[in-house]
Amino acid sequence: MSITGLLSIALGAILVNNFIFSQFLGCCPFLGVSKKLDTAVGMGIAVTFVMGLASAITWIVNEFILVKFGLEFMQTVAFILVIAALVQFIEMFLQKSMPSLYTALGIYLPLITTNCAVLGVALLNIQSNYNFIESVVYGITGGLGFLLAIVLFAAVRERNVFADCPKCFEGFPIALITAGLMALSFMGFSGLSVWG
Amino acid sequence: MNTIVIAILVLGIMGGVFGLILAIASKVFAVKTDPRLPEIMEHLAGANCGGCGYAGCSDCAAHILDGTAPVSACAPAGAENAAAIAEIMGVSAGSSEKMVAFVRCNGGTNASKRFEYRGVKDCIGATKVAAGPLDCSFGCLGFGSCVSACMFDAMHIGPNGSAVVDPDKCTNCQACAKACPRKLITSVPYASKVHVACSNKEKGKAAMSVCKASCIGCGLCEKNCKFDAIHVVDGVAVVDYAKCKGCKICTKVCPRDAISPIATKEEKDKFKAIQKAQAEKKAAAAAAAAEAPKAE
Repeated sequence: MSITGLLSIALGAILVNNFIFSQFLGCCPFLGVSKKLDTAVGMGIAVTFVMGLASAITWIVNEFILVKFGLEFMQTVAFILVIAALVQFIEMFLQKSMPSLYTALGIYLPLITTNCAVLGVALLNIQSNYNFIESVVYGITGGLGFLLAIVLFAAVRERNVFADCPKCFEGFPIALITAGLMALSFMGFSGLSVWG
Repeated sequence: MNTIVIAILVLGIMGGVFGLILAIASKVFAVKTDPRLPEIMEHLAGANCGGCGYAGCSDCAAHILDGTAPVSACAPAGAENAAAIAEIMGVSAGSSEKMVAFVRCNGGTNASKRFEYRGVKDCIGATKVAAGPLDCSFGCLGFGSCVSACMFDAMHIGPNGSAVVDPDKCTNCQACAKACPRKLITSVPYASKVHVACSNKEKGKAAMSVCKASCIGCGLCEKNCKFDAIHVVDGVAVVDYAKCKGCKICTKVCPRDAISPIATKEEKDKFKAIQKAQAEKKAAAAAAAAEAPKAE
C-alpha cells in the first residue's frame, strides 16, 4: 500500500465523496448542530474522533469475528452494537481521564452513537475491501470531511440569520436550501484524483 | 439452522462482553460528582439562556459549586431560588433585590436622523454604516437586536421607536444588554420607578441639537432633589438608587423630559404652582420674622 493510495483515499473522503454532501450520511447532526460555529466545531471534532476509532474497531471485529464465523450478513447489527458500546466507553474514559476534552465535546459525544456517518464509514470500509490502515485513514478523513462540511455550513447559517430572506423561508427552510447549494458546489470536486 | 445459532451465539457473546466491559469501565472510570450539583441545577432557571456568562445551566451550577460564581448568578431564577441555592451551599444569599433591565434612551422619533438607513434590520449592522443613522451617537437605533435577544418577551420597540422593557416579564438575564451595540441597557431595581432615560454624555447644545429628549447635563434635577439621589456624572444625570425615594420631583423639573416616568404638562404646571406658593409662603414668613423683633 502506497502513500499515494492513502492520499487518494483521504482526498476522496474529504472532498470528492464527502460524507454529507455526496453520500448524505450524518445529515441529522449536520442540520441539528450547525446553528453556531463553535458547537459545530465541537461536533465535527467529536465525529472525527469516533469515526477514526470506530473504523479501527469495526474492522477488527469484522475480520476476526464475523468473517471467521461466516456472519458477514450480520455486519450492520454487529457494528451498531460495537459503535454504541465504543461511544459509551469513550465517554466514561474521557470523563475520568480527560475532563477538559469531555466538557469540550459535551453533549455531542453520546449523540454520535446514532450518527449514521459512523455506521456508514464502518460498512463502506468493508465494502471497499480496505485493509486496517486504509480503514483508519478513511475513517479519520471521512470525519475531517464532516468537520469541514459542518463548519462551512454553520458559518453560512450564522450569516443567514441576518440576511433578508422571505418570511416563509426563514430558519430551517433556508438552511435546507443552503445545504443543497453547498452539496451542488461540492459536486465540482467530482473527478478530482491523485495521480501516482 | 446452524448459521442462526452461530449468529445468535456470536452476537450474544459480543453483547455480553461489551456489557461487561462497560460495567467494569463504569466502576473504574467512576467520577464522583458532588450530590449538591443536581440540587443546585433544580434551582436554576433551566433555560440555558447564558445570561450568567457560563455555557448553559449545568456549567453555571458547576461554577456555583466551586465558588467561582455567586449563588445569585442565575438572575432568571430569582431571589427565592438564590436563597435555596445559598442554603444548599451553606452561605447567605445576601441582598438579592429583584432587578430588571432598563433602556437608557427615549430617543426614537425624538432623535434627529442623519440619513435613512435601509440595510439589514439589525442594530449592529446599522451602527456599521457611517456610525449609525442617528445624529445622537448614544441613541437607541430601534432595529430591535435586543428584542430578538430576549427570550422572555419582555423587550419591545416602544411607540416612539426606541426599545422599552416590560419590567414584569423581565428576568434581568441581560441578554439584551449584550445585544445592544450602544450599551444602553442597564440593570435597575424593579422597585425603583425613576430612571434617567438618556445616555448622551455631550453637554448643552451638542446634546440638545441631536434629540428632543436628551439630557443636557444642566443639573436642575440635582439641585432640586431633596435626597441627594441624582447627580450629573460625565454629562448625563444618574440616579442613585440607594437614595432615591421615588418622589419624581426630578421628572417635573427636567426641561428636556429625559427622566422617566415623563411628567405631563399638568403635573409640571401643578409642581410649578406649588413651588411658587411655597416660595411666597417662605418670603412671607421671612418678612414676618423680620418684623417680629420690632414689634416687641
